[in-house]
Amino acid sequence: MADTVLPAEFTTVDLESLAADIVAQAVKAGASDAEAVAREGDEFSVSVRMGQVETLKESGSRALGLRVFNGKKSASASTSDLTPDGIRQLVEGAMELVKVTEEDLLNGLPEREEFGAIKDDQKLYFDDVYSLPGPERIEWARRCEAAAMAADARITNSDGGDFNAATGRKVLANSRGFLGSYKTSYAGVSAAPIAVDANGAKQRDGWWSSARSFALLESPESVGAEAARRTVRRLGARRVPTQQVPIVFAPEVARSLIGSVFEAASGDAIWRSASFLAGKLGETIAGPNLRIIDDNVMMLPSGVGGFGTSPFDGEGLPSRRTVIVENGVLQTYLLNTYTARKLGMKSTHNASRGLAGTPGVGCGNLFLEPGTLTPEEIIGDIKAGLYVTSLMGFGTNIVTGDYSRGATGLWIENGELTHAVEEITIAGNLREMLKNVTAIGSDLVFRGAVASPTIRIDGMTIAGA
Amino acid sequence: MTNSPASTATSHRRYFFEKFGITERLLERCLGEALAAGGDYADLYFEAVTSTALGVDEQIVKSASQGTSAGCGVRVLSGERTGYAYTDNLSPDRLLHAARTAALIASGPSKQTVQGFTDTPVGDLYPVPLGGFNLDLAARLELILRADRAARAFDPRIVQVRASYSEELRRILVAASDGAFASDTQPLCRLNVFVIAKDEAISTKGSAGAGGRGGLEIFRETKSPEHLAQEAARGAILQLGAVPAPAGEMQVVLGPGWPGILLHEAVGHGLEADFNRKGTSAFTGLIGRPVASSKVTVVDNGTMEGRRGSLNVDDEGSATQETVLIENGVLRGYLTDKLSARLTGAANTGSGRRESYQSIPMPRMTNTYMLAGDDAPEDILRSVKRGLYAVNFGGGQVDITNGKFVFSASEAYLIEDGKITAPVKDATLIGNGPEALKYVSMVGNDLKLDEGIGTCGKDGQSVPVGVGMPTIKLDRMTVGGTGR
Repeated sequence: MADTVLPAEFTTVDLESLAADIVAQAVKAGASDAEAVAREGDEFSVSVRMGQVETLKESGSRALGLRVFNGKKSASASTSDLTPDGIRQLVEGAMELVKVTEEDLLNGLPEREEFGAIKDDQKLYFDDVYSLPGPERIEWARRCEAAAMAADARITNSDGGDFNAATGRKVLANSRGFLGSYKTSYAGVSAAPIAVDANGAKQRDGWWSSARSFALLESPESVGAEAARRTVRRLGARRVPTQQVPIVFAPEVARSLIGSVFEAASGDAIWRSASFLAGKLGETIAGPNLRIIDDNVMMLPSGVGGFGTSPFDGEGLPSRRTVIVENGVLQTYLLNTYTARKLGMKSTHNASRGLAGTPGVGCGNLFLEPGTLTPEEIIGDIKAGLYVTSLMGFGTNIVTGDYSRGATGLWIENGELTHAVEEITIAGNLREMLKNVTAIGSDLVFRGAVASPTIRIDGMTIAGA
Repeated sequence: MTNSPASTATSHRRYFFEKFGITERLLERCLGEALAAGGDYADLYFEAVTSTALGVDEQIVKSASQGTSAGCGVRVLSGERTGYAYTDNLSPDRLLHAARTAALIASGPSKQTVQGFTDTPVGDLYPVPLGGFNLDLAARLELILRADRAARAFDPRIVQVRASYSEELRRILVAASDGAFASDTQPLCRLNVFVIAKDEAISTKGSAGAGGRGGLEIFRETKSPEHLAQEAARGAILQLGAVPAPAGEMQVVLGPGWPGILLHEAVGHGLEADFNRKGTSAFTGLIGRPVASSKVTVVDNGTMEGRRGSLNVDDEGSATQETVLIENGVLRGYLTDKLSARLTGAANTGSGRRESYQSIPMPRMTNTYMLAGDDAPEDILRSVKRGLYAVNFGGGQVDITNGKFVFSASEAYLIEDGKITAPVKDATLIGNGPEALKYVSMVGNDLKLDEGIGTCGKDGQSVPVGVGMPTIKLDRMTVGGTGR
């Protein structure tokens, strides 16, 4: 099925001129300013389970969004109907809605001189993600699952192996002269094996590789083997008593803490006093060893753009690199145009944009700068503690900083990883947790847009048996 | 049509036939193409959604948006295999192209012909707004403005108020090679209030919401803007004085209504038939076995009038129903869709749902709740010497395979000597699905359903759901706080 070639009509519509035309139509209809977004994308995915193809999916779609201004009032609309009739309704709908909104003195597009886009080739799009013929795509999913199943006799079931690929294009146009677009691509391979212990208790885990270029994907065999290692090590998991011990966050969970710092430093939470970091600009909010960066123009060591790299933000301001925390001191809030005006500051070019609605604040490549210790050295330093490999639930309160989440992982005893641990929670408050980061690993790897090395945090409470 | 359709079904269907030029002949041709490579079964899922959202923030109506989307998903089943393709262009050539793409999941000669459809009898669980989307925006704005006023009036420490209203009308039409033919028009609306409270020391948040499948008449009494605003504000003010939640195992009393999210996470997901067909659920093989105390009976019911989780037909065109999941503590059955019913030989419970035409359907919950017991809520609280009383929750999550689940309390209190005492900070509760409900020792006589705010995620697909529960006591549950 992957050999199916989509008819030309699907790709020849010039989305840039379409977006510019919609802006012109809105201005003609009376908008004092207008901003249009156009998105198109296609996706392919195959799942293989127990060696057999389970699902094959292949399709594409497009959509348009429009934000209109009438002075300090604004409204928005979106549609999947790209016909002239659909576009007319999009413009009319937005213009009709702007009549019911009210003036917000700080509302409006950025100023003309602020717009821009990175001109360098950021290497975000590779057409090789669709280069594999259909049968080989299935084979990649099958090989990944098979490698996991073959790795250990206790792996007897599976949630499958997957291969998927996607490409997309984003266009932004506005009435102040900005017109930009960029294409992105993605390919991924993953496996989710299930292992059973002697008592019949089941555990599932998984692993994946994703990349902008097919050529940069790890082999399905290495991904499957890692998925198996992660699954089997969960066998025999048990609870541990309620206590306070050092907690080591593996990179795949540590990154969610860095994401919480970004969220708490986002302008929208700050101006509303809805963040434990509100009013903390220039103050020490974390240990002196912490340096947190949001780099929206970063290239990966492989020479391609990072997962969060882009030429411009959701409002058409050029992407940039922002140091958020330096030596533990909060250097800046993360801002789009509106939240910057609310705080009397300048945008940090972190606007995010969906199809409809007002721009939000979003990160690009967000990471904690690595330290010098290996994960083994961090663990080796702990007499009794918990190494966390996965977290559950939504127990992070950005307003108060209170943190309480379900956790699974491995028990640390005399510097060594011992038995698996499950059905416990870890709790603390982000204010103290950030100051109690007592070790930072050297193992920073970007597997997605948000990344962290291994970190150790002291003073948290485990609730268990 | 072999059966003469009811008048409501005709009007649901007419929308697609008239607006997009769909004909019965075209549906048959598409299904024929979908099965041309030898598939066992194919279905077409047409969906058209219009949505509107309004928001007030700092007493200013800052946002208004609307959206429309339409498309069709084509699914082909061949044994256990699923082929899927979709298009947002409903012209005949694009539909046929999607059908040919999905068809390639099978390889062989065509073995099915598609001839005629039989209407699925469709319930009438919710009103269909007349006049489609020519909304009375002023009446909707009034709801959020009333909420804003009430929240700010509650207490001077409420420093931020946001209220939002959102509404969608989803039209679907399903045509399948087994002759199933169904259409439905599904309204869904929701009102939310978010507040921030602040004193000298800290800021806290509070939120409340309500909704369902219906019109503005929903927003009365406990779902009125004023009530929701007061609930949001009360929750935030309460948190200003909260003490650290305790840590460790203890007796836990859950209040009625939304705390039923316990059931959704602890047992609901684990009883979805896809996981059990594959043997990947902690509940696999437990039918007929005790998984809860004998006081516990849990049902999933898609046929409740006007509820957020209700559907006249599921997204495969099957009628929804009330399904008993756990009866007096014994596991009775799973939630099935067409594929899992066929592969396991179980009856189809009408639980096949999907987020949109871009998504493959799978077994999902609708409204999941525990039946009432005999205990008075006061007696339940009085019976606890030291424990936690949790009445409101944020989200939850479950690991289907090992059964471990969490749900996060956003309003909870200490219970000391049978009395509710200090409010505690947010804390996550954790347990093991097949074991947790065995510790239910008391079940209240006060069954309540939630206010219509639940959204369930599975494999990246979100669908609206409901939960409900009476007050219950669990003799043992782990509370993830930091205190003693």
